[in-house]
Amino acid sequence: MSIITVKDMCLWYGDHQALKNVSIEIPEKSITAFIGPSGCGKSTFLKTLNRMNDLIPGVKITGDICYEGTDIFSREVDVNHLRKEIGMVFQKPNPFPMSIYDNIAYGPRTHGITGKVELDEIVERALRDAAIWDEVKDRLKKNALGMSGGQQQRLCIARALAVQPKILLMDEPTSALDPISTSRIEELVLELKEKYTIVMVTHNMQQAVRVSDYTAFFLLGELVEFGKTDDIFSQPQDQRTEDYITGRFG
Amino acid sequence: MRNRFDEQLFELNREIIEMGAMCEEAIAAAAKALSDGDIALAEKVRINSGAIDQMERDIEGRCMKLLLHQQPVARDLRLISAALKMITDMERIGDQAEDIAEIVTFLNGRTMEGMELIEEMARETIEMVTGSVDAFVKKDIELAMQVIHKDDIVDDYFSRVKCGIITLITEDHADGEFALDLLMISKYFERIGDHATNIAEWVIYSVTGTHKEG
Repeated sequence: MSIITVKDMCLWYGDHQALKNVSIEIPEKSITAFIGPSGCGKSTFLKTLNRMNDLIPGVKITGDICYEGTDIFSREVDVNHLRKEIGMVFQKPNPFPMSIYDNIAYGPRTHGITGKVELDEIVERALRDAAIWDEVKDRLKKNALGMSGGQQQRLCIARALAVQPKILLMDEPTSALDPISTSRIEELVLELKEKYTIVMVTHNMQQAVRVSDYTAFFLLGELVEFGKTDDIFSQPQDQRTEDYITGRFG
Repeated sequence: MRNRFDEQLFELNREIIEMGAMCEEAIAAAAKALSDGDIALAEKVRINSGAIDQMERDIEGRCMKLLLHQQPVARDLRLISAALKMITDMERIGDQAEDIAEIVTFLNGRTMEGMELIEEMARETIEMVTGSVDAFVKKDIELAMQVIHKDDIVDDYFSRVKCGIITLITEDHADGEFALDLLMISKYFERIGDHATNIAEWVIYSVTGTHKEG
């Protein structure tokens, strides 16, 4: 079943058209990878899914994006609520300059949760889900900026999970990490798909093969091909996909 | 990097073609030794079989290296995985040519009635091997399909040879050991046909991404 349905979506930055008639259905509780050369529109598309592009001046979007059957651009949709449902993790870990505990509790607090017992539970559950609880449980009051890059990234994932989203958007979540931290994030992502839908942009083709169930290939603002990852990487249907994944261009 | 990879794939292609040619030569020589009763030629086939084994190990090593270094996908991955499977069949073809040659050395130039049938069968089998290698070289699915269909003809030859040998034994025209040697030879040819079929199926996989069932 698909959780997000996009139909004929176009996006312009001023005069420049960054996305051209993109249509895709993102399957629920699975991992979808977006691949493509730099500037192909994959990150732009990812950010559109929780309306992060709304903040950029001169952006124009046409077409439909439905999350669980509701148009995300309709007036009834509260953007804060949408971003609670569809969380995001960025390329570079960006913990807030505060304690580990407060980083995680930040989201729930803005949504009105103040009780200590409840917050404690949320913090523990989010950190456990992000596979970092055992490493930080004894220093929850320490500043998050003192953690390693890999830990910071898992903290950011925990922070996104704390508000109980349904979808996690990840923009190159491991490109700033060493191989061991990368492998921990990949394992984590595979565990998370039991409960969440994950959409990730990656430049690491092998990562897409290793972790994703579905792969979408973008080129020059177009969604060239979308399908099961095993099919895309063994028998791509479009010559441009074949040329890109085999390193013949891009 | 891609250029280097392309060069390595080209080299892999070249080696497979060379190994295929070595197999064709081995069976052709084994078949000729059988029809001419040429023991010296049969000995030569046995001696040369080591070169095919060595070639298999070399290509296998190259494929492993390519998998490790290039982490291939799509048609590159299909070519390399098909190559790994094909060389196993080629090596078996080489072994069976050697087995035929070995029996020829025991036969001491003896022939029998119905021998032409084995010779015809050998010709068909050689054509299958040549066809499967050509199909690989030209990435020709049509030719690969022809090889696969030809396997039925070779299987049919085997049944006919078997019936002929049974008749000869019951009519007491041939001694048992000699008759069984000939039966073994025709069985080896029949198996070579099966390996050529496998190669043709891998050619189809490497081009289309789908392996023919059965």
